[in-house]
Amino acid sequence: MTETLFALAVIFTQLSLLAFGGGNTVLPEMQRQVVDVHQWMTAADFGALFALARAAPGPNMMVVPLIGWHVAGWSGMLVASVAKFGPSSLITMFVLHLWTRFKDHPWRGYVQVGLLPVTIGLVAASALLLVQATATTWLLAVVVAVVAGLDVFTKWHPLWLLAGGAVVGLIFG
Amino acid sequence: MEDVSIHRPRRRDLFFGFLSLGLTSFGGALPLARRALVERLHWLSDEEFTELLGLCQFLPGGNIINLSVAMGMRFHGFSGAMAAMLGLIAGPTAIVIGLGVIYERFHDDAHVRHLFAGLAAAAAGLMVAMAIKMLKPLRGKPQAIAIALLAFAALGLLHMPLLWAMLLITPLSILLAARAAR
Repeated sequence: MTETLFALAVIFTQLSLLAFGGGNTVLPEMQRQVVDVHQWMTAADFGALFALARAAPGPNMMVVPLIGWHVAGWSGMLVASVAKFGPSSLITMFVLHLWTRFKDHPWRGYVQVGLLPVTIGLVAASALLLVQATATTWLLAVVVAVVAGLDVFTKWHPLWLLAGGAVVGLIFG
Repeated sequence: MEDVSIHRPRRRDLFFGFLSLGLTSFGGALPLARRALVERLHWLSDEEFTELLGLCQFLPGGNIINLSVAMGMRFHGFSGAMAAMLGLIAGPTAIVIGLGVIYERFHDDAHVRHLFAGLAAAAAGLMVAMAIKMLKPLRGKPQAIAIALLAFAALGLLHMPLLWAMLLITPLSILLAARAAR
Protein backbone atom coordinates (compact mmCIF):
# COMPACT_ATOMS: atom_id res chain seq x y z
CA MET A 1 0.00 0.00 0.00
CA THR A 2 2.74 2.44 1.00
CA GLU A 3 4.60 1.50 -2.16
CA THR A 4 1.52 2.21 -4.27
CA LEU A 5 0.99 5.62 -2.63
CA PHE A 6 4.67 6.44 -3.11
CA ALA A 7 4.42 5.46 -6.79
CA LEU A 8 1.30 7.65 -7.19
CA ALA A 9 3.13 10.58 -5.56
CA VAL A 10 6.15 10.21 -7.86
CA ILE A 11 4.09 9.80 -11.04
CA PHE A 12 1.77 12.75 -10.46
CA THR A 13 4.49 15.08 -9.17
CA GLN A 14 6.37 14.45 -12.40
CA LEU A 15 3.22 14.98 -14.47
CA SER A 16 2.50 18.19 -12.54
CA LEU A 17 5.89 19.67 -13.40
CA LEU A 18 5.76 18.58 -17.05
CA ALA A 19 2.20 19.71 -17.80
CA PHE A 20 3.15 22.66 -20.01
CA GLY A 21 0.22 23.64 -22.19
CA GLY A 22 -2.46 22.41 -19.81
CA GLY A 23 -3.46 19.03 -18.44
CA ASN A 24 -4.29 17.26 -21.70
CA THR A 25 -0.66 17.18 -22.80
CA VAL A 26 0.26 14.71 -20.04
CA LEU A 27 -2.51 12.18 -20.77
CA PRO A 28 -0.30 9.86 -22.87
CA GLU A 29 2.29 9.71 -20.08
CA MET A 30 -0.42 9.23 -17.45
CA GLN A 31 -1.86 6.34 -19.45
CA ARG A 32 1.60 4.83 -20.03
CA GLN A 33 2.39 4.91 -16.28
CA VAL A 34 -1.00 3.77 -15.02
CA VAL A 35 -1.75 1.12 -17.67
CA ASP A 36 1.60 -0.12 -19.06
CA VAL A 37 4.16 0.46 -16.31
CA HIS A 38 2.13 -0.22 -13.15
CA GLN A 39 -0.79 -2.14 -14.70
CA TRP A 40 -3.27 -0.70 -12.22
CA MET A 41 -6.04 -0.80 -14.87
CA THR A 42 -6.69 -1.62 -18.53
CA ALA A 43 -6.60 0.97 -21.29
CA ALA A 44 -10.40 0.64 -21.54
CA ASP A 45 -10.75 1.41 -17.80
CA PHE A 46 -8.50 4.43 -18.27
CA GLY A 47 -10.69 5.62 -21.14
CA ALA A 48 -13.82 5.17 -19.00
CA LEU A 49 -12.36 7.08 -16.02
CA PHE A 50 -11.27 9.86 -18.36
CA ALA A 51 -14.80 10.02 -19.78
CA LEU A 52 -16.30 10.20 -16.27
CA ALA A 53 -14.01 13.12 -15.46
CA ARG A 54 -15.01 14.84 -18.72
CA ALA A 55 -18.70 14.45 -17.88
CA ALA A 56 -18.24 16.04 -14.45
CA PRO A 57 -17.95 19.83 -14.08
CA GLY A 58 -14.71 21.59 -13.19
CA PRO A 59 -11.10 21.68 -14.41
CA ASN A 60 -10.20 19.07 -17.04
CA MET A 61 -7.75 17.25 -14.77
CA MET A 62 -10.34 15.77 -12.42
CA VAL A 63 -9.31 12.35 -13.76
CA VAL A 64 -6.34 12.61 -11.35
CA PRO A 65 -8.20 12.26 -8.01
CA LEU A 66 -10.35 9.59 -9.69
CA ILE A 67 -7.32 7.51 -10.69
CA GLY A 68 -5.84 7.90 -7.20
CA TRP A 69 -9.11 6.76 -5.66
CA HIS A 70 -9.48 3.83 -8.10
CA VAL A 71 -5.95 2.63 -7.35
CA ALA A 72 -5.68 3.18 -3.59
CA GLY A 73 -8.94 4.51 -2.11
CA TRP A 74 -9.22 7.80 -0.22
CA SER A 75 -5.53 8.05 0.63
CA GLY A 76 -4.75 7.44 -3.05
CA MET A 77 -7.12 10.26 -4.01
CA LEU A 78 -5.43 12.63 -1.57
CA VAL A 79 -1.87 11.71 -2.57
CA ALA A 80 -2.58 11.93 -6.32
CA SER A 81 -4.36 15.30 -5.96
CA VAL A 82 -1.68 16.93 -3.80
CA ALA A 83 1.08 15.56 -6.07
CA LYS A 84 -0.64 16.77 -9.24
CA PHE A 85 -2.00 20.16 -8.15
CA GLY A 86 0.64 21.13 -5.55
CA PRO A 87 3.95 21.50 -7.45
CA SER A 88 2.52 23.36 -10.46
CA SER A 89 0.65 25.71 -8.10
CA LEU A 90 3.84 26.48 -6.16
CA ILE A 91 5.56 27.29 -9.47
CA THR A 92 2.66 29.58 -10.40
CA MET A 93 3.01 31.44 -7.08
CA PHE A 94 6.76 31.78 -7.54
CA VAL A 95 6.62 32.96 -11.15
CA LEU A 96 3.87 35.46 -10.39
CA HIS A 97 6.48 37.39 -8.38
CA LEU A 98 8.87 37.47 -11.34
CA TRP A 99 6.24 38.04 -14.02
CA THR A 100 6.58 41.79 -14.42
CA ARG A 101 10.37 41.53 -14.69
CA PHE A 102 10.19 39.04 -17.57
CA LYS A 103 7.36 40.80 -19.33
CA ASP A 104 9.42 42.52 -22.03
CA HIS A 105 12.20 39.95 -22.27
CA PRO A 106 12.41 38.49 -25.81
CA TRP A 107 13.09 34.94 -24.56
CA ARG A 108 9.69 34.84 -22.89
CA GLY A 109 8.16 35.19 -26.33
CA TYR A 110 10.42 32.51 -27.84
CA VAL A 111 9.49 30.06 -25.09
CA GLN A 112 5.82 30.76 -25.68
CA VAL A 113 6.12 30.33 -29.48
CA GLY A 114 8.31 27.23 -29.08
CA LEU A 115 5.98 25.50 -26.62
CA LEU A 116 2.94 25.88 -28.89
CA PRO A 117 3.68 23.15 -31.50
CA VAL A 118 4.92 20.77 -28.78
CA THR A 119 1.62 21.25 -26.94
CA ILE A 120 -0.36 20.57 -30.09
CA GLY A 121 1.60 17.40 -30.85
CA LEU A 122 1.02 16.14 -27.30
CA VAL A 123 -2.71 16.81 -27.44
CA ALA A 124 -2.91 14.96 -30.77
CA ALA A 125 -1.05 12.01 -29.19
CA SER A 126 -3.57 12.05 -26.29
CA ALA A 127 -6.40 11.91 -28.81
CA LEU A 128 -4.83 8.97 -30.66
CA LEU A 129 -4.33 6.94 -27.46
CA LEU A 130 -7.89 7.62 -26.28
CA VAL A 131 -9.31 6.60 -29.66
CA GLN A 132 -7.27 3.37 -29.60
CA ALA A 133 -8.55 2.60 -26.09
CA THR A 134 -12.22 3.41 -26.70
CA ALA A 135 -13.07 2.74 -30.38
CA THR A 136 -13.17 -1.03 -29.88
CA THR A 137 -16.21 -1.70 -32.13
CA TRP A 138 -17.29 -0.09 -35.40
CA LEU A 139 -20.20 1.56 -33.59
CA LEU A 140 -17.90 3.19 -31.05
CA ALA A 141 -15.57 4.28 -33.86
CA VAL A 142 -18.55 5.99 -35.49
CA VAL A 143 -19.36 7.71 -32.18
CA VAL A 144 -15.77 9.01 -31.98
CA ALA A 145 -15.90 10.33 -35.55
CA VAL A 146 -19.38 11.89 -35.31
CA VAL A 147 -18.68 13.58 -31.96
CA ALA A 148 -15.35 14.92 -33.28
CA GLY A 149 -17.07 16.24 -36.41
CA LEU A 150 -19.93 17.85 -34.50
CA ASP A 151 -17.57 19.49 -32.02
CA VAL A 152 -15.42 20.95 -34.81
CA PHE A 153 -18.25 22.17 -37.05
CA THR A 154 -21.04 23.12 -34.60
CA LYS A 155 -21.23 25.04 -31.35
CA TRP A 156 -23.15 22.33 -29.51
CA HIS A 157 -22.30 22.05 -25.84
CA PRO A 158 -19.83 19.20 -25.18
CA LEU A 159 -22.08 17.83 -22.47
CA TRP A 160 -24.81 17.08 -25.06
CA LEU A 161 -22.28 15.25 -27.21
CA LEU A 162 -21.15 13.15 -24.22
CA ALA A 163 -24.76 12.36 -23.33
CA GLY A 164 -25.45 11.43 -26.98
CA GLY A 165 -22.49 9.05 -27.02
CA ALA A 166 -23.68 7.40 -23.79
CA VAL A 167 -27.23 6.97 -25.17
CA VAL A 168 -25.97 5.51 -28.47
CA GLY A 169 -23.75 3.08 -26.53
CA LEU A 170 -26.65 2.07 -24.28
CA ILE A 171 -29.20 1.53 -27.07
CA PHE A 172 -27.07 0.07 -29.86
CA GLY A 173 -24.08 -1.34 -27.93
CA MET B 1 -3.90 50.21 -13.50
CA GLU B 2 -6.38 50.70 -10.66
CA ASP B 3 -9.94 50.22 -11.72
CA VAL B 4 -12.48 51.72 -9.31
CA SER B 5 -15.04 49.06 -10.23
CA ILE B 6 -12.76 46.21 -9.04
CA HIS B 7 -14.01 44.45 -5.90
CA ARG B 8 -11.50 43.02 -3.45
CA PRO B 9 -12.63 39.54 -2.32
CA ARG B 10 -12.03 38.11 1.16
CA ARG B 11 -10.52 34.60 1.48
CA ARG B 12 -14.00 33.25 2.06
CA ASP B 13 -15.23 34.95 -1.14
CA LEU B 14 -12.34 33.38 -3.06
CA PHE B 15 -13.23 29.91 -1.79
CA PHE B 16 -16.94 30.16 -2.53
CA GLY B 17 -16.45 32.06 -5.79
CA PHE B 18 -14.25 29.30 -7.18
CA LEU B 19 -16.44 26.60 -5.61
CA SER B 20 -19.42 27.81 -7.63
CA LEU B 21 -17.24 28.14 -10.73
CA GLY B 22 -16.00 24.56 -10.28
CA LEU B 23 -19.51 23.18 -9.83
CA THR B 24 -21.06 24.96 -12.80
CA SER B 25 -18.34 24.72 -15.46
CA PHE B 26 -19.31 21.73 -17.58
CA GLY B 27 -17.09 20.95 -20.56
CA GLY B 28 -14.25 23.35 -19.88
CA ALA B 29 -14.07 26.06 -17.25
CA LEU B 30 -12.28 28.79 -19.18
CA PRO B 31 -15.15 30.64 -20.92
CA LEU B 32 -17.16 30.54 -17.69
CA ALA B 33 -14.19 31.74 -15.67
CA ARG B 34 -13.94 34.93 -17.69
CA ARG B 35 -17.63 35.60 -17.34
CA ALA B 36 -17.57 34.99 -13.58
CA LEU B 37 -14.33 36.75 -12.63
CA VAL B 38 -14.61 39.77 -14.93
CA GLU B 39 -18.31 40.36 -15.51
CA ARG B 40 -20.08 38.95 -12.45
CA LEU B 41 -17.64 39.26 -9.52
CA HIS B 42 -15.51 42.18 -10.84
CA TRP B 43 -12.32 40.77 -9.33
CA LEU B 44 -10.34 41.51 -12.51
CA SER B 45 -10.53 43.86 -15.48
CA ASP B 46 -10.69 42.37 -18.97
CA GLU B 47 -7.01 43.18 -19.69
CA GLU B 48 -5.87 41.78 -16.35
CA PHE B 49 -7.73 38.55 -17.07
CA THR B 50 -6.04 38.15 -20.47
CA GLU B 51 -2.60 38.89 -19.03
CA LEU B 52 -3.07 36.49 -16.11
CA LEU B 53 -4.37 33.76 -18.41
CA GLY B 54 -1.34 34.21 -20.68
CA LEU B 55 0.90 33.63 -17.68
CA CYS B 56 -1.09 30.59 -16.57
CA GLN B 57 -0.93 29.00 -20.02
CA PHE B 58 2.82 29.48 -20.09
CA LEU B 59 3.29 27.63 -16.78
CA PRO B 60 2.90 23.88 -16.16
CA GLY B 61 -0.44 22.74 -14.77
CA GLY B 62 -4.07 23.24 -15.72
CA ASN B 63 -4.81 26.77 -16.93
CA ILE B 64 -7.86 27.24 -14.77
CA ILE B 65 -6.19 25.80 -11.66
CA ASN B 66 -3.21 28.10 -12.15
CA LEU B 67 -5.64 30.97 -12.66
CA SER B 68 -7.31 30.27 -9.30
CA VAL B 69 -3.88 30.16 -7.62
CA ALA B 70 -2.86 33.43 -9.28
CA MET B 71 -6.11 35.13 -8.27
CA GLY B 72 -5.78 34.00 -4.65
CA MET B 73 -2.12 35.10 -4.53
CA ARG B 74 -3.00 38.50 -5.88
CA PHE B 75 -5.45 39.32 -3.10
CA HIS B 76 -4.28 37.29 -0.07
CA GLY B 77 -0.94 35.60 -0.81
CA PHE B 78 -0.42 31.92 -0.07
CA SER B 79 -3.56 31.41 2.04
CA GLY B 80 -5.66 33.12 -0.62
CA ALA B 81 -4.19 30.86 -3.29
CA MET B 82 -5.02 27.78 -1.21
CA ALA B 83 -8.57 29.00 -0.58
CA ALA B 84 -9.22 29.64 -4.27
CA MET B 85 -7.69 26.38 -5.53
CA LEU B 86 -9.36 24.17 -2.90
CA GLY B 87 -12.67 25.85 -3.67
CA LEU B 88 -12.20 25.12 -7.37
CA ILE B 89 -11.42 21.40 -7.04
CA ALA B 90 -13.51 20.42 -3.96
CA GLY B 91 -16.90 20.16 -5.69
CA PRO B 92 -15.74 18.43 -8.89
CA THR B 93 -13.67 15.93 -6.86
CA ALA B 94 -16.75 14.90 -4.87
CA ILE B 95 -18.81 14.51 -8.06
CA VAL B 96 -16.14 12.58 -9.91
CA ILE B 97 -15.66 10.13 -7.03
CA GLY B 98 -19.44 9.67 -6.89
CA LEU B 99 -19.45 8.77 -10.59
CA GLY B 100 -16.48 6.46 -9.96
CA VAL B 101 -18.43 4.60 -7.25
CA ILE B 102 -21.31 4.08 -9.69
CA TYR B 103 -18.91 2.86 -12.39
CA GLU B 104 -17.11 0.39 -10.09
CA ARG B 105 -20.32 -1.02 -8.64
CA PHE B 106 -22.17 -1.51 -11.91
CA HIS B 107 -19.56 -1.92 -14.65
CA ASP B 108 -20.19 -5.68 -14.81
CA ASP B 109 -23.76 -4.92 -15.89
CA ALA B 110 -23.92 -5.02 -19.71
CA HIS B 111 -26.13 -1.91 -20.00
CA VAL B 112 -23.87 0.17 -17.80
CA ARG B 113 -20.79 -1.12 -19.63
CA HIS B 114 -22.29 -0.10 -22.99
CA LEU B 115 -23.32 3.28 -21.61
CA PHE B 116 -19.81 4.00 -20.35
CA ALA B 117 -18.26 2.67 -23.58
CA GLY B 118 -20.36 5.16 -25.54
CA LEU B 119 -19.48 7.94 -23.09
CA ALA B 120 -15.77 7.11 -23.36
CA ALA B 121 -15.92 7.08 -27.18
CA ALA B 122 -17.62 10.51 -27.15
CA ALA B 123 -14.95 11.86 -24.78
CA ALA B 124 -12.27 10.55 -27.17
CA GLY B 125 -14.11 12.28 -30.03
CA LEU B 126 -14.00 15.60 -28.13
CA MET B 127 -10.26 15.18 -27.70
CA VAL B 128 -9.83 14.53 -31.44
CA ALA B 129 -11.85 17.70 -32.14
CA MET B 130 -9.70 19.71 -29.74
CA ALA B 131 -6.52 18.51 -31.47
CA ILE B 132 -7.99 19.45 -34.87
CA LYS B 133 -8.97 22.94 -33.67
CA MET B 134 -5.52 23.48 -32.17
CA LEU B 135 -3.86 22.77 -35.53
CA LYS B 136 -5.16 26.04 -36.99
CA PRO B 137 -2.37 28.40 -35.83
CA LEU B 138 0.19 26.04 -37.38
CA ARG B 139 -1.07 26.73 -40.92
CA GLY B 140 1.77 27.89 -43.16
CA LYS B 141 4.45 27.19 -40.56
CA PRO B 142 6.31 24.07 -41.76
CA GLN B 143 8.84 24.23 -38.94
CA ALA B 144 6.15 24.25 -36.25
CA ILE B 145 4.24 21.48 -38.04
CA ALA B 146 7.39 19.34 -38.03
CA ILE B 147 7.82 19.88 -34.27
CA ALA B 148 4.17 19.01 -33.63
CA LEU B 149 4.55 15.81 -35.72
CA LEU B 150 7.72 14.94 -33.83
CA ALA B 151 5.97 15.30 -30.45
CA PHE B 152 2.95 13.36 -31.76
CA ALA B 153 5.12 10.49 -33.01
CA ALA B 154 7.28 10.35 -29.87
CA LEU B 155 4.32 10.06 -27.50
CA GLY B 156 1.51 8.63 -29.63
CA LEU B 157 3.39 6.13 -31.81
CA LEU B 158 6.70 5.37 -30.07
CA HIS B 159 5.29 5.66 -26.50
CA MET B 160 8.37 7.51 -25.33
CA PRO B 161 8.47 8.67 -21.68
CA LEU B 162 7.22 12.28 -21.56
CA LEU B 163 10.27 13.52 -19.62
CA TRP B 164 12.71 12.48 -22.38
CA ALA B 165 10.46 13.69 -25.16
CA MET B 166 10.09 17.11 -23.49
CA LEU B 167 13.83 17.39 -22.76
CA LEU B 168 14.65 16.67 -26.41
CA ILE B 169 11.88 18.42 -28.33
CA THR B 170 11.08 21.54 -26.26
CA PRO B 171 14.57 23.14 -26.29
CA LEU B 172 14.82 22.39 -30.01
CA SER B 173 11.48 24.07 -30.64
CA ILE B 174 12.37 27.14 -28.52
CA LEU B 175 15.73 27.53 -30.30
CA LEU B 176 14.02 27.33 -33.69
CA ALA B 177 11.49 29.95 -32.56
CA ALA B 178 14.30 32.24 -31.39
CA ARG B 179 16.21 31.84 -34.66
CA ALA B 180 13.11 32.49 -36.75
CA ALA B 181 12.47 35.72 -34.82
CA ARG B 182 15.95 37.15 -35.46
